[in-house]
Amino acid sequence: MKIYGRQCLGKKAFLELEYQMEGRDFSVAGTAASQIKKMLTEVGFEPEIIRRTTVVAYEAAMNIVIHAFRGRLLVHIEADGIGLTAVDEGPGIADVAMAMQEGYSTASPSIREMGFGAGMGLPNIKRHADGMAIETRVGEGTTLKAWIICKKG
Amino acid sequence: MSAVPEYFHSVTLERDKCKGCTNCIKGCPTEAIRVRDGKAVIIEERCIDCGECIRVCPNRAKAALTEELKDIARFHHPVALIPPSFYGQFPSQVSPGTIAAALQAIGFHRVLEVGLAAEYVTEAVAGYLEEHPAPRPLISSACPAVVRLIQVRFPSLADLIIRVEAPIEVAAAIARQRGKGDMGVFFISPCPAKVTSIKQPVGRAESGLDGALSMAEVYGQILPILREVEPLPGYPQASHVGTSWGRFGGEREGVSGRSLAVHGIHHVINICELIEQGCLTDYEFIEAQSCPAGCVGGCLTVENPFVAETNLRHTALTYPRGQGHRPKVAGEVLLLTRPITPRKIWQLDDDTTRAMEKLLLLKETEKELPGLDCGSCGSPSCRTLAEDVVRGRATINDCIFNLRERVRRLAEEMVDLAGKVPPAMAGGEGEAIDFE
Ligand SMILES: Nc1ncnc2c1ncn2[C@@H]1O[C@H](COP(=O)(O)OP(=O)(O)OP(=O)(O)O)[C@@H](O)[C@H]1O
Ligand code: SF4
Ligand SMILES: [Mg+2]
Repeated sequence: MKIYGRQCLGKKAFLELEYQMEGRDFSVAGTAASQIKKMLTEVGFEPEIIRRTTVVAYEAAMNIVIHAFRGRLLVHIEADGIGLTAVDEGPGIADVAMAMQEGYSTASPSIREMGFGAGMGLPNIKRHADGMAIETRVGEGTTLKAWIICKKG
Repeated sequence: MSAVPEYFHSVTLERDKCKGCTNCIKGCPTEAIRVRDGKAVIIEERCIDCGECIRVCPNRAKAALTEELKDIARFHHPVALIPPSFYGQFPSQVSPGTIAAALQAIGFHRVLEVGLAAEYVTEAVAGYLEEHPAPRPLISSACPAVVRLIQVRFPSLADLIIRVEAPIEVAAAIARQRGKGDMGVFFISPCPAKVTSIKQPVGRAESGLDGALSMAEVYGQILPILREVEPLPGYPQASHVGTSWGRFGGEREGVSGRSLAVHGIHHVINICELIEQGCLTDYEFIEAQSCPAGCVGGCLTVENPFVAETNLRHTALTYPRGQGHRPKVAGEVLLLTRPITPRKIWQLDDDTTRAMEKLLLLKETEKELPGLDCGSCGSPSCRTLAEDVVRGRATINDCIFNLRERVRRLAEEMVDLAGKVPPAMAGGEGEAIDFE
């Protein structure tokens, strides 16, 4: 497992949510991201935390939709921050370090024509989250975890 | 200071006309309306004065508060600010000079084209984009309904709003530079949002305008006399660039670089979501107008938005391409001086831990609701009813399906209980004794 950034949240969640998604269902990532945003606003998180979480949720969900067969986005909300876990059944990532580079993408030409596949998703997640981890098996699937932590004081 | 309420709204409800039909609660982009006791109720802190409810109300119970024509007589020198969208309400054969003459005939002393001011704004926006290379995209501040939508629903985008003044305020400043004495500056408004922005501005302390009249009212006043007046000399005052502002796409024509134009509040919401998700970072500039086809389709206009858009496009073609002689405007007039702060109104509780417990309760309540979003409960969706329940503004029994289900269960229980008659009272049934 490859971990980037700070250690993840550990406390008991106040709220756990799950979004199911199928490969190629392009609208689901946006819907999930905007529902998550609404809930975070209702809890009263700062706009900056909400914005970062929205970007991470969207990119993580989009990677399932574009690259995998099916998967789930799990959202864990607690007072100190938000954890997002994207679990999928799919091709897995052969070289994670390569995938993390800006501009690296294996998206097909047809996907690129639709405006996806710039190779910016994972770098964007890394930039907006306080930490992330990827666990993957080629031919089986990928689990991506990311967390956004509210700074205290 | 005078007693200004926390929120002024141009959009109001005429209670007597409201039949409680729930049409308006569905289309409201900020979930600001409920039906309670058979009448619509507007939640003040959520309303952005976009006027969507005015459009959809079949009983004309939703209205916009504006000044009336007689109110301009309060001033010795009433001045009318005409936005390009007003021209769109007339066929393009009706010249701006004729419209200006008709406005003078009904009582205005002077008329100024807001399109002229839009040209200064176009330049200021270009300068602002250059001075602020990141982040992207930046969003136009011209439509007050969009600014308020962002304050209410997209707090994290508030910093992306371009801090340049909207054309009507710049136009008011120009009008005041040119004249003295007891001047009253009035805008001919296509929408309640502009009316609200005059009474309660965002991004500046006070408006330079004295009020706004409904475009529909002024249209009705000048229509009968258009044939009788001679066009005023000196029109047009503006050029093609500024006059294009009233229709969607016009504003971005003045901005170089990759830009996007969106109109119609629900499409604007969608674009805001995409910005929030980080999808539109390769755009420089977002022109966003709440109304269909732009200001030409404001809810106080009279013509079909798309006919009006075409009219205005043709009228703008008669305007000079280059900019002619223009008065000087002080740089500070063009910039917003106050921050655009998000309205923090969605938090379920001031205390985060309590808010989270309430969110949990909201989710559980939502599961008990049928998910039909029928609106019969008076809330726009099942999710909003759940939110209202958690906020103590409704009960789960307001859902008629939930109520019916409970009644059915209760009825079954009663039948069940009725069957369980005590043996002493049993007549034939129950513990029947066989005499045979
Ligand atoms: N869930 C996944 N399953 C399989 N491969 C993945 C997954 N997520 C990412 N990858 C691989 O990593 C590469 C880089 O991912 P990244 O999200 O950075 O870019 P992208 O999805 O190709 O393009 P963009 O996110 O800009 O639309 C992908 O092209 C793909 O090869
Ligand atoms: S688009 Fe124009 S008419 Fe409509 S609300 Fe915005 S400013 Fe008013
Ligand atoms: Mg991606």
